[in-house]
Amino acid sequence: MIQFLSHIISGLSLGSIYAIIALGYSMVYGIAKMLNFAHGDVIMIGAYVSFSATQYFGMHPIASVVISVIMCTILGIAIEGFAYKPLRKATSLAVLITAIGMSYLLQNLALLIWGANPKSFTSVVGLGTLSLFGGEMHITSETIVTVLANIIIMIALTTFINKTKMGKAMRAVSEDKGAAELMGINVNLTISMTFAIGSALAAIAGVLLCSSYPSLMPTTGSMPGIKAFTAAVFGGIGSIPGALIGGLLLGLIEILGKAYVSDQLGDALVFAVLIIVLLVRPAGLLGKKVHEKV
Amino acid sequence: MKFTKTLITVLLVVAMALCVPFAMAEDAIKIGIIGPLTGPYAQYGLAVEYGAKIAAAEINAKGGVQFEILAEDDQGDGELGVNAYNKLLDDGVTIMLGTVTSGSCIAVSEYAYEERIFMLTPSGSADAITVGKDNIYRVCFKDSAQGTASAQYIVDHKLATKVGIIYNNAQDYSVGIYQSFLARANELGLEIVATSSFSDDKNADFSVQIAEMKNAGAELVFLPIYYTPASMILSQSNAIDFSPVFFGVDGMDGILALEGFDKSLAEGVMLLTPFSADAQDELTVNFVTTYQNTYGDIPNQFAADAYDGVYALFAAVEKAGITAETSPEDACEMLIEVFPTVEINGLTGVMHWDSTGEVDKTPTAVIIENGVYVGAK
Repeated sequence: MIQFLSHIISGLSLGSIYAIIALGYSMVYGIAKMLNFAHGDVIMIGAYVSFSATQYFGMHPIASVVISVIMCTILGIAIEGFAYKPLRKATSLAVLITAIGMSYLLQNLALLIWGANPKSFTSVVGLGTLSLFGGEMHITSETIVTVLANIIIMIALTTFINKTKMGKAMRAVSEDKGAAELMGINVNLTISMTFAIGSALAAIAGVLLCSSYPSLMPTTGSMPGIKAFTAAVFGGIGSIPGALIGGLLLGLIEILGKAYVSDQLGDALVFAVLIIVLLVRPAGLLGKKVHEKV
Repeated sequence: MKFTKTLITVLLVVAMALCVPFAMAEDAIKIGIIGPLTGPYAQYGLAVEYGAKIAAAEINAKGGVQFEILAEDDQGDGELGVNAYNKLLDDGVTIMLGTVTSGSCIAVSEYAYEERIFMLTPSGSADAITVGKDNIYRVCFKDSAQGTASAQYIVDHKLATKVGIIYNNAQDYSVGIYQSFLARANELGLEIVATSSFSDDKNADFSVQIAEMKNAGAELVFLPIYYTPASMILSQSNAIDFSPVFFGVDGMDGILALEGFDKSLAEGVMLLTPFSADAQDELTVNFVTTYQNTYGDIPNQFAADAYDGVYALFAAVEKAGITAETSPEDACEMLIEVFPTVEINGLTGVMHWDSTGEVDKTPTAVIIENGVYVGAK
C-alpha cells in the first residue's frame, strides 16, 4: 500500500512536469493554431542556461531560474518572430516543417555551445527529503516543489486568461483571428505574448525536470517534449485544464505501468493510451467545447 | 589570355593533387582509426585517436618501425563506418585500429573479414564482432567476459549475498553483460533478488526500478550500464536513503568526470575496469601526464585501450617483419600468424590473445573513495 502511494507520488511529480510542458504546446496551438515542435528544445535550453548560471557564474540557484526564464522568454519571442511570423499565411504543413527544423537547430546549437558530454544538473531545490511512515516512504523536496509549481502556474494562467485584457485578447484570437483583428486586437502582439508565456513555462519545466532527473544533454528535451505533446492531445489540445489532466494522467500511467505491468513497456503504454483515447474521443478528454479553447 | 590562365590554374591544381601522396613519409606503416570524432559519442572516438597518437609518437621516436595514424569519423554509425573504412583503404592504410563503437564495428568487421584486412578494435566489445572472423582482434574485454568476471568477483570477495540488477534493455552492450552475469551468478549460487530494466537513458524516472531493488532487500546492485543513467540512479537512490553497494563495469568509467556531478554520490561505488587514470605505476603516470599536456584532459579507458592497441600492433608488426611496402592482404595473413604469440605489458594490464581474437588480461576492481578511484582489495 505504501509502495503504491510512493508510485502515485512519483507519477504526480512526473505528470506535473508533463503538464507544465503541455501547457506551452496547448496555448500555442490554441492561439496560433500551430504545433510548436521546438518547444521541447526550449526546455533543454532553459535547463542549460540555469546550469551555466550556477556552474560557471556561481549564481544562486533561484537567480539562475530567473535568468533562465528571461532568456527563454526572449528566445521564444525570437523564434516566433524569425521563423513563424513570416509564415503566418503559409500552409500549416510549411509551419510544421519549420518547427521541426527549429527543433534540430536548437539541439545542434546546444551541441555547439555546451558540447556532447552530458552534464549532471544540480537540483535548484535541494532541501532534502521528507521521510514518512518510519522511513518507508520518501517524498523529495523536488517533488513537492514541482507539484506546487504546477498548481500555482495553473491557477495563475487561468486567472490571466479569464481576468486580464491580454487574456481576453488571447481568447478572441483563438476563436477567430480575422474578427479579432477587426475589433482592434493586435494579433501579432497577442501571438508573441503567447510564445513568451509558453517559453517562460518551458524554462521552469526544464529546471524542474532536470532537478528531479539530473541529466542534461542536447537531446534532453525531445522525449519529455513528445510525451508532453501527447499529454496535450490526450487532455484536448488548446485547453488549459486539459493539459493539466492529460499531463498528470500520463505521468501516473507511465509510472504505474512500469511498476505493475512491465518496466520495459512504460513508454509503450503511454502511447497506447493515447491511441485509444483518440479513437474514442478524437478531440481529447476535454477538447470538445470549442468556445473554451485558449 | 583568360583561357591560358584557367589552363595553368587547372594544371597546377592537378599537379598538386598528384604530389600529395608522394609528399608523405613513405616508410611509415599507415594505421587507420575509425570512430566517432564528432556527434554524441565523440568523447570515445577522440580518446582513441589521442591515445593511439601518443603511442605512435613514442614508437616513432625509437627509430625502428614507423607508424602513421590516420583517423576517420563515423559518428558511431555503421554506414558511415563502412565509408570511413573504404576511405582509409584508399588512403593506403595497411592495418585498421577500430572501430571504436560496437555497432559500427560489427558492420565494418564484415567487410574487413571479406577483404582480408587485419582489424584490431580497441573498444568494440560486442561478442559478435570477433565470432567466426579470424582476422578481427580486440583490446578490450568482450561484453560477456565482463559479466562473468563481475559475478566471479562479487562471489570471491563475498561482497553480498542478495544482488539486484538494473540494466538497459535497449542496448546490446548492457544486455550482453547482464546475460553473462546472470548465467555465471546462477552457476555460483549467487542469489539475484530483483532484476529491472529501462529502455531510455534520457531523464528517465528510476523510482520504480530503485523501489524494486529496495523492497527485495538487495545488498548490492549491479549496474551494467553507462555512467549517465548510472549517475541518475545514484542520485535518485540517495534521495530515498537507499544505499547498497553499487557495482559497475567499464561503462561506469567517466562518472567522476561528469560535469556538475556531486562526487559524494559515487562514494563507495565499485567498478571493474582494466584502466584507472589514478594508478601510480610509471607507465600510467607517464601516459596520463603526456595526455594531459597534449590534449588537456584526463584519459579514459578508451584512450588506454587504443594506446595498448598500437603497442600490440607494434609488437606484432616487428615479429612478422611487416614494412610499409607490404600489401594490406599480405600483412593480414602475417598478423594472423603472429598475433596469438604477442604478449605486451600495457596500461590495461599484461595481455595476450588467443586465435579467436579475444584478449586475456585481469580486470581490476576499483572503489571510489573521496572522489577518486582506489584499488579495491
